[in-house]
Amino acid sequence: MPSNLELGLYVFMLATFVGLEVIRKVSPLLHTPLMSLTNAISAISVVGAILITGAAGATTLSKVLGFIAITSAVTNIVSGFLITDRMLKMFKRRPEEKK
Amino acid sequence: MAQFVHYVYILSAALFILSLRWMNHPATARRGVFAGEFGMILAISGTFMAFDVHNWTWILSAFLIGTAAGIPIAYIMPMTAVPQRTAMSHACGALAAALVGTAEFYQRQPHASTELTGFVMVALIVETLLGFLTFTGSLMAMGKLQEVLPQRPITYPKQNVVNLVLFVVALGLGIRLMLVPTDTYLFPIFAGIALLFGVLLIIPIGGADMPTVIALLNSYAGLSACAMGFALDNKLLIIAGALDGSSGLILSIIMCKAMNRSFTNVLFGAFGQIQASAVKTEKRPVRSASPEEAASILESAGKVIIVPGYGLAVAQAQHKIRELFDNLTRRGVDVKFAIHPVAGRMPGHMNVLLAEADIPYDRLYEMDDINGEFPQCDVALVIGANDVTNPAARTDKSSPIYGMPILDVDKAHTVMVIKRSMSPGFAGIDNDLYYMDKTLMLFGDAKAFVSEILKELPAKAAA
Repeated sequence: MPSNLELGLYVFMLATFVGLEVIRKVSPLLHTPLMSLTNAISAISVVGAILITGAAGATTLSKVLGFIAITSAVTNIVSGFLITDRMLKMFKRRPEEKK
Repeated sequence: MAQFVHYVYILSAALFILSLRWMNHPATARRGVFAGEFGMILAISGTFMAFDVHNWTWILSAFLIGTAAGIPIAYIMPMTAVPQRTAMSHACGALAAALVGTAEFYQRQPHASTELTGFVMVALIVETLLGFLTFTGSLMAMGKLQEVLPQRPITYPKQNVVNLVLFVVALGLGIRLMLVPTDTYLFPIFAGIALLFGVLLIIPIGGADMPTVIALLNSYAGLSACAMGFALDNKLLIIAGALDGSSGLILSIIMCKAMNRSFTNVLFGAFGQIQASAVKTEKRPVRSASPEEAASILESAGKVIIVPGYGLAVAQAQHKIRELFDNLTRRGVDVKFAIHPVAGRMPGHMNVLLAEADIPYDRLYEMDDINGEFPQCDVALVIGANDVTNPAARTDKSSPIYGMPILDVDKAHTVMVIKRSMSPGFAGIDNDLYYMDKTLMLFGDAKAFVSEILKELPAKAAA
């Protein structure tokens, strides 16, 4: 059986290739919303922050650091998704001329 | 129940990939955002249910504060400030990763011999190193974009040597910590050097290089989240981090190509500073024109291409330009926008600004798609762009921007440039475009000048 490290590296390798292929197809028109969206997605690190803050034997240091980490990650999640949507709503085709 | 969460994570990961997949077209992009939100909610609630989570007061208050901070940021932030917000969110994301790594390091100390072994320690060091340096680096980028810090590169002698030494020291301490994780006194020094390195890495980089730097910091922030996934053995974190990392990487490669420069050159070149001394200050004659003249030229044109740049964002001229666009379109003029990949301060910056002003996105063209159209275009109107239109990039081998792909504005029948003064652009080089016989310089603030042109246009229509 492969170890956790090896499995992790497989996942990393495959996810990187998927990422490169998918992102390459994104139109330059949307590069700014793309960046705010990936930013929100990578704030999934909030999971790690929850686990360290919520551990049964968490020390005060862990709780304080975890608290700050959750706050910043949640800020990113909330503002990232909302501002991406706000930007995307602005991209419109021509409204008046419908041939 | 604890097993169940892994299936939830797999679903979330699939949703994240779909989310980015749907970003490839404006028509499906909003669906992408919903997929991302759904994936995030699944992952967070799955985590709450599957694990034995304590300290709810801490966690819930952090969620409340984060939400309370996030909503106003998303809705109040003007679109011209989007680069700053992006830099700030890189800083937040990187900080979260760095702090979780730090907390893990101390939390696991009592069981160092079993839990801080080999590769977990490597992952923690990578996570904290990237996290801390991206945190301060992004704050510096944000300061420059907000113009709290000078946009010009800040340089001093032996800068690259100092940076290199610091980086080697940080790396050395990191390796030492990997080998002897119980040397806790080294960790604050390590973190401090990483923080300092982030500052020093970004201060020598000039404002116009920000698109590349922001993309690169995006990549680092993603990779530190990815390293956290390795440290916690959480595949979802690895996937999301790798997606963010590869996205940042692709964007920075696109930005570098669009400036014909390499990563090393952007990071260590302190562009703009060195060339500034080489500016030729000889006076050459230019032709300038009034708003009335500009209006009558635009009115008689059949095809106009507008070339926006960072100056447009500074002047907040996007809404006035929309009025100009509407006015000319109503007169039957074919108006298009030519967007250079590095126009503005982050990838795609101009597109968002023009979209905000309700300019339809099918009028925005990428460099390669529109360059062939300049020879048939009656008027090229350059607003707040400079180096990306400089024909020297094609012809003058001695020019610092030689080889950079540019918009072929000089091939249009008439060129009009709205500019505040003749001062050179960020690269500190003269733009030959301004001295051509077919070029008219329109001196003034972009927003004010376009308003003046607009005042002339309806009057002429009535006559």
